[in-house]
Amino acid sequence: MSGWRHPTLGQIDRDRPLRFTFDGEAYTGYAGDTLASALLASGIRVLGRSFKYHRPRGLWGLGGEEPNALFDVGQGGISTPNCRATLTPLRDGMDLRAVNTRKASRDPLGLLDLAQRFLPAGFYYKTFMAGGWMRWEPMIRRMAGLGRLDPSNRPPGDVPQRNARCDLLVIGAGPAGLAAARAAAGQGATVWLLDEAGAPGGALRWRGGEIDGGPWREFADETVQRVQAAGGRVLTDTTLWGAFDHGLFAAWQRGARDTHWRIWAARVVLAAGAIERPLWFANNDLPGIISAEAALHHLVLYGAVAGRRVVVATGNDGSYPVASALAEAGCRVTLLDAREDTPEAPEGVEVRRGARIDAARGARGLGAVNAGGQHIDADTLLVSGGYTPSVHLHCQAGGKLDWDADRDALIPRPGTSALIPAGAANGTFGLNAALAEGHAAGGGTGPAPNAAGATWAIAPMRPDPKGKGRVWIDPQNDVTLKDVKLAAQEGYRSVEHLKRYTTLGMATDQGRSSNFAGLAAMSELTGHTIPETGTTTYRPPFTPVPLTSLGGMRRGGLFNPLKRLALEPQHAALGATFGEYGGWRRPAIYSDTQAEAKGARETLGLYDASPLGKIEVIGPGAAELLDFCGYVAMSTLKPGRARYGFMLGENGVVADDGVTLRLDDNRFILSASSSHVDHVRLILEEARQDRFDPSRVFVHDVTTHWVTLSVTGPQARMALETAGTPGDVTTLRHMQVVETRWKHIPLRAARVSFTGDASWELSVPARHAPGFMTVLDGAREALDGHWIGLEALMILRAEKGYILIGKDTDGITMPQDLGWSRPRERRQDEYFGRRALFTPEAMRKDRRQLVGLDCDGAPLPTGAHLVPLDGPARSLGFVTSSYHSPTLNRAVALALVDAGRDRKGDTLGVFHLGQHRTARICAPCAFDPEGTRLAD
Amino acid sequence: MQIFPCPFCGPRDETEFHFAAEAGKHRPEPAPEVTDSAWADYLYGADAPKGRAQEVWVHLTCGEFLLLTRDTVTREVLDVAALPGSREAGT
Repeated sequence: MSGWRHPTLGQIDRDRPLRFTFDGEAYTGYAGDTLASALLASGIRVLGRSFKYHRPRGLWGLGGEEPNALFDVGQGGISTPNCRATLTPLRDGMDLRAVNTRKASRDPLGLLDLAQRFLPAGFYYKTFMAGGWMRWEPMIRRMAGLGRLDPSNRPPGDVPQRNARCDLLVIGAGPAGLAAARAAAGQGATVWLLDEAGAPGGALRWRGGEIDGGPWREFADETVQRVQAAGGRVLTDTTLWGAFDHGLFAAWQRGARDTHWRIWAARVVLAAGAIERPLWFANNDLPGIISAEAALHHLVLYGAVAGRRVVVATGNDGSYPVASALAEAGCRVTLLDAREDTPEAPEGVEVRRGARIDAARGARGLGAVNAGGQHIDADTLLVSGGYTPSVHLHCQAGGKLDWDADRDALIPRPGTSALIPAGAANGTFGLNAALAEGHAAGGGTGPAPNAAGATWAIAPMRPDPKGKGRVWIDPQNDVTLKDVKLAAQEGYRSVEHLKRYTTLGMATDQGRSSNFAGLAAMSELTGHTIPETGTTTYRPPFTPVPLTSLGGMRRGGLFNPLKRLALEPQHAALGATFGEYGGWRRPAIYSDTQAEAKGARETLGLYDASPLGKIEVIGPGAAELLDFCGYVAMSTLKPGRARYGFMLGENGVVADDGVTLRLDDNRFILSASSSHVDHVRLILEEARQDRFDPSRVFVHDVTTHWVTLSVTGPQARMALETAGTPGDVTTLRHMQVVETRWKHIPLRAARVSFTGDASWELSVPARHAPGFMTVLDGAREALDGHWIGLEALMILRAEKGYILIGKDTDGITMPQDLGWSRPRERRQDEYFGRRALFTPEAMRKDRRQLVGLDCDGAPLPTGAHLVPLDGPARSLGFVTSSYHSPTLNRAVALALVDAGRDRKGDTLGVFHLGQHRTARICAPCAFDPEGTRLAD
Repeated sequence: MQIFPCPFCGPRDETEFHFAAEAGKHRPEPAPEVTDSAWADYLYGADAPKGRAQEVWVHLTCGEFLLLTRDTVTREVLDVAALPGSREAGT
């Protein structure tokens, strides 16, 4: 126990205690606490176990850089993994569980730490290759990792995705950000001011200060008012996590319900501040060793005091106010400054000059400190190794960095990104200088806000590669100085290699407090300067963002919304079960698939064919365009007739098939497959605009303007007569089309068939569909016909060997493989994909071709491999479709087989998931091969 | 997320656009006179220049193809034009 609650300090509401549990034990915090401050004030030091060695770990920092204090938080029966304690507000009844352990305070895997000599960087890569990584992975995953995912936690997909535009986006509401926002808002600009913390002010909130002669809080409040008055917004609890192309920024706003923002800004000021560096000595990861800045933050904002016997180790002036505040709070404070030239010792603080820490002592938490041969008893050690500017977003936006030795930091190189850095993010430490820089960055004219106080003096602090003991560089991923040395020895000297070999900086804190130390250590080891050593690449997100925030409403039915039929309610009323077919929600089954398929063959079948593409190609150039885009010429088609054809890619592969209707000389309707409409339209449009005279032909997708009902079967004509359709419809012959009217409603009828029986496709404008359907359904009832779902339709078309592009063809199928080689042999004009049909590959005799399969028993599994019965087993092809045919009372199947047509009559093995069957190659068409049923 | 300018609709989100082809690539024809390697080069041989690139894109929502000049490194859009012979932009 070391942390405690100060009786008066802090901005918490002491009248509202909140109960919570940590690893099963009950504690109390207050409204206004974060998880981190409540645990610190409760005196709990061990908050978790480290990733690899299961070492005890305690609180280190504040905000998004906290590497250790991650919890699975349960509340209201829902568990949310990996909540960062410093960013999560405490709520009543929360149940906190440490990650990567059963219990933080007692972890038997802590014994792993004793084996640390045998677990260096690259240990897993080197060791677990034996017998295959897959064998070891489950075990290692159980021993190393972070939070537990609760499968019953299904957070609602309700995060709003909002878009915003502004004149100026200011990232960070510390002094520099406030000054920038104030200057721009004063000139009437729309300013969005964002901060990760719950209130504006940045470090002013715990360090305090006077601006323009008044308390900083007045300055901040006034700035917020000015921003809002000028039409801007101030968002707190909002992390700007990514900079993207063309000035897009993404922000995650936390609250009772999160909001995800996409912000486009004309100008951006980066005032994200800086993050304190740790110090590097033996056992620098012990619980009780805390960032000095964080200790002040937790003291002033929450009254959470880190300990009672406190050592502060530093090399800069910024730690003096920390020591002073702790002494004032009642702690015994010793300050060890690495420098000889230091500020005056604050009241109640013992300052030792030229003192550096050699080692921390303690088993499960800090007990003492060794410095220059002296032993100092302490329960808490606050450290500051200087400050690292938060330049992530500048670099994400493509910015470069410069090494500035005076500021001991890598700072944004001016002009390399669109972001204007200001304040500590630019390596400018000290209130007055930050205000001046922010003011200028916001486009301020006239005098900048001013504050008293000098710029801090900072002495560079570095890891000492010759230091003894285990020195942690990256606590979250358990990377030590020894690992960095090993990486250097083994040749992983580039920081990008160092990162991947040791996992340095790859944890969820993204190396906020560790990357600098890693690169500084590597630069010492290799004798290169820091700019020569370089940095790793900064990528979004700056902070882990919940997937619920990114996904927003796009999940479940809204993830990829299906297209709906105009007649969906009518189909539902008929008892249809729906399924997804090529992006459409269509009736799959009405009652019984086998009965539907049989009934359609014996009497009459009706189905909704509305998703079938209807692309109108209109104009004097229409025939020419279709000839070029299609494999089968359409210019020779007579008006009033229909022709089946293909569309190819330029690589000769079949992209779609369908029937083209010619309504008159200059007007065609192309029926693309329902899932290929957009693609077909683009092929036509590209040729129209990039090859032909676009004023002579237009392409118009009218698929959803028309509802198409298909009537098929021996009784089809009788059904149309019963329904009272006009004579020019009922007398149509196969592959004829007519435009007419039915009771003043435009009606287009085409005799095309996807079933092999005489079929009429009847299309009416969508608004007339319900009435039209009622009439057809009446005729169906009178004739004892059936509504057939897509499943029954699949059986009917497979019986006939009619293909579905993408199911019965794959990414190499050419038209000649489907038995359509005539245009390839005869056409002399140029058409899309033509040249590709004559490559050596396209001319091969053993190309994979469409065939039918004859087999006994149940349908063959789709995807089953066809293999030779003798000789070496190799796949000759695969089954593409197979169904039980109720009409033939046997299974029918289609397949793609190497040189399939030459194998007609051969028997092949069918292999699927260890099961063997046999099948005989036959023609694709298994039912009515002469087509007599179509001729009617 | 990039913002592309459609000559007909104005600036729009990149998700509304689709790459069509590198500009200035002529389709070799007639087919019988085109060698296998020339055809393969037409199909698969993209220049993919680093820096300034001229490309044909389509604005899916209006269906118009357009000539986009952009920098593939900085992602800056340098110029946009309707395809030659197309209707006047904005009409």
